[in-house]
Amino acid sequence: MDDAQLRERVEQLLADHPPGSTDRLDFLHARFDAGLAWVHFPEGLGGLGLPRGMQPIVEKALYAAGAPDNDPRKIGIGLGMAAPTILAFGTDEQKQRYLRPLWCGEEVWCQLFSEPGAGSDLAGLSSRAVLDGDTWIVNGQKVWTSSAHIADRAIMIVRTDPDQPKHAGLSYFILDMHDPGVEVRPLRQITGEAEFNEVFLTDARIPDSDRLGEVGEGWKVANATLSNERVAIGGGAFPREFGMVMNVAKTWRERPELRTPETHERLLRGWIDTEVARITATRLRQKMAAGVPGPEGSAMKLSFARINQQLSALEVDLLADDGLRYESWEMRRPTRVDFFGKDAGYRYLRAKGNSIEGGTSEVLRNVVAERILGLPTEHRVDKDVPWKDLPR
Amino acid sequence: MTTLRSTSGPADVSLLADDVETDLRASVRKALDKHAPSDRLNQLYDGTDDVTAPLWSAFTELGLPGLLVPESLGGAGATAREAAAVLEELGRAAAPSPFLTSAVVATTVLVALGDSLGDTEILPALASGEQTAALLVGPAVGLPADVLLVPEGDALYAVRGAKVTPVSSLDMTRPLADVDLDGAERTLVSDDAAAAVEAALLMGAGLLAAEQVGVARWSLETTIAYLKERRQFGRIVGGFQALKHRLADLYAEVEQADAAARYAAATLATGDPDAPVAVHVAAAYCSEVAVHAAEEAVQLHGGLGMTWEHPTHLHLKRAKADALLLGSAESHRAALAVLVDLPAPA
Repeated sequence: MDDAQLRERVEQLLADHPPGSTDRLDFLHARFDAGLAWVHFPEGLGGLGLPRGMQPIVEKALYAAGAPDNDPRKIGIGLGMAAPTILAFGTDEQKQRYLRPLWCGEEVWCQLFSEPGAGSDLAGLSSRAVLDGDTWIVNGQKVWTSSAHIADRAIMIVRTDPDQPKHAGLSYFILDMHDPGVEVRPLRQITGEAEFNEVFLTDARIPDSDRLGEVGEGWKVANATLSNERVAIGGGAFPREFGMVMNVAKTWRERPELRTPETHERLLRGWIDTEVARITATRLRQKMAAGVPGPEGSAMKLSFARINQQLSALEVDLLADDGLRYESWEMRRPTRVDFFGKDAGYRYLRAKGNSIEGGTSEVLRNVVAERILGLPTEHRVDKDVPWKDLPR
Repeated sequence: MTTLRSTSGPADVSLLADDVETDLRASVRKALDKHAPSDRLNQLYDGTDDVTAPLWSAFTELGLPGLLVPESLGGAGATAREAAAVLEELGRAAAPSPFLTSAVVATTVLVALGDSLGDTEILPALASGEQTAALLVGPAVGLPADVLLVPEGDALYAVRGAKVTPVSSLDMTRPLADVDLDGAERTLVSDDAAAAVEAALLMGAGLLAAEQVGVARWSLETTIAYLKERRQFGRIVGGFQALKHRLADLYAEVEQADAAARYAAATLATGDPDAPVAVHVAAAYCSEVAVHAAEEAVQLHGGLGMTWEHPTHLHLKRAKADALLLGSAESHRAALAVLVDLPAPA
């Protein structure tokens, strides 16, 4: 299918389901069924088996026609992490069952990976699943789970064999967040909000048919999810002067009395870093569209974290006395991740998470050094020891 | 440089190398490997130049002096993208060449003058590699050259036979000279050349960024290769996390510098209205990355990095000199501030 034929297909969708007079969910269902949800997915699963680079054709045409979207900021974890993992490792039944409501936003997804005792060392996690007939019984605790309080489903990695070394004893599951064994508690952060949650699992039940990949292959499946997460965080398309620089530039233009030589230099450096990151992300997307795998995803996330932290700190400094004001410390539970909203103080504090979430910058530097630059790997004294014998 | 505020947005251009660029790059690298090995570059510092002339002959055989000259005037009619590939290779090798000063900057002034250029001989002579030219703006580099292009107000003069006295330079791979124009033959090239000079300086700064990427990438790759071999404390040194993390950060910088330089070259190639923004961004970013990469290379090579024998010093000197050549990073940030409406404090 070429660009013109794809455009024609979008026109047909719009003709059959005029956005103005079609129910939002009906339109999203029709879009998915027409293969226009994510064109690089296979036919029958919301796609047309086309190159990923053709998706903007669909997005532009639908945006121009005023068509409703699937609220991507609310369902980002489903779109960016769960969906590619299900596509790569799911059975036909799982793909048919989960992808359509995921994309249409009828089922919100979250990710149950990190634990209090397993952050950077994710493979050392200790939540356990034990098979009872054809049902897994899960016990343990997960943390830093965004969207858990609104989620219907979770992708989850847990230990199924403690006698194996840590990487080998893990399995990957789809969990029903409405199971009575699942308890979600807000986890208040330095911003005052509880964007994230703690999730306690007490005899939560998962049918074996909701396992993704083989028993003991959970690490392999989780790695696919994590690399997708880093691409999602580091490699998105964005316009010029977008993101953290937006608010600082606006303040700079509107309030000349705040300008100083030092803040000017910091602003220009931040503006240039942002623009260079935009160009690099554009090149990464062009490489992916051309089928050339780009190793820049992890490196992009490093830059993204640094730029956000520097510019959000600059904004507080630039505002001088007004930088002291903080909108509210009220404990709220937002449903959408918000890096750029609210006031300067919030952005400064929230940006601190950018070098922690989705892989700390320290771990990412190891990833870049070892997997891209081919430098020796870290010493791993726990690699070949049965997990149950590791000191904890 | 231009003081108009930019109203254009980012250009939609390819940032990937095509076959023409890849082939050109391979030919240039082969010529550089043959004619500009680092021991011969070291001799430049001791007053012996066995590199510039044979390398320029090899470049002439490849048609590089006329890369940016239109085909109708005996050139290759190529674009800034191809010139950027040549410069990136020159940066990798830290080789001396009048390519930037003559085939890019001086040539761009003359091409930009178009029909108003009175002298019909000069571009074909530059395109064939028989003569070189240099625009006398900023530090006097690229000398000796057959023709000096000297701006005076809006006018541009061609000067032949000026007294050029070579001086010792921080970076001997780009010779520096004192120039005395008194008594030299001078002819008017154009009385309305300000825009052409501005275009040439923009082209020069944008493509110098590609050279800086070459310096940076060589420094990164050479350092990684060394740290994979060097052993201390019974370990490969590159396995120490303190070094791994520095190299990971440097890798991210170099990749981004590469993307920024490509974007600048692509906008220059098509004359896109976003070119001035793209050039100031690339120039400000890449000059600092090149210096950082070369400084890291010296430090991470340890004692070896301080020696005359090891080529890291050639790249450090080239990077530091490049950062001053066609506007400092600070001056490019200042120019950008005007273009994107982020004015300096009153």
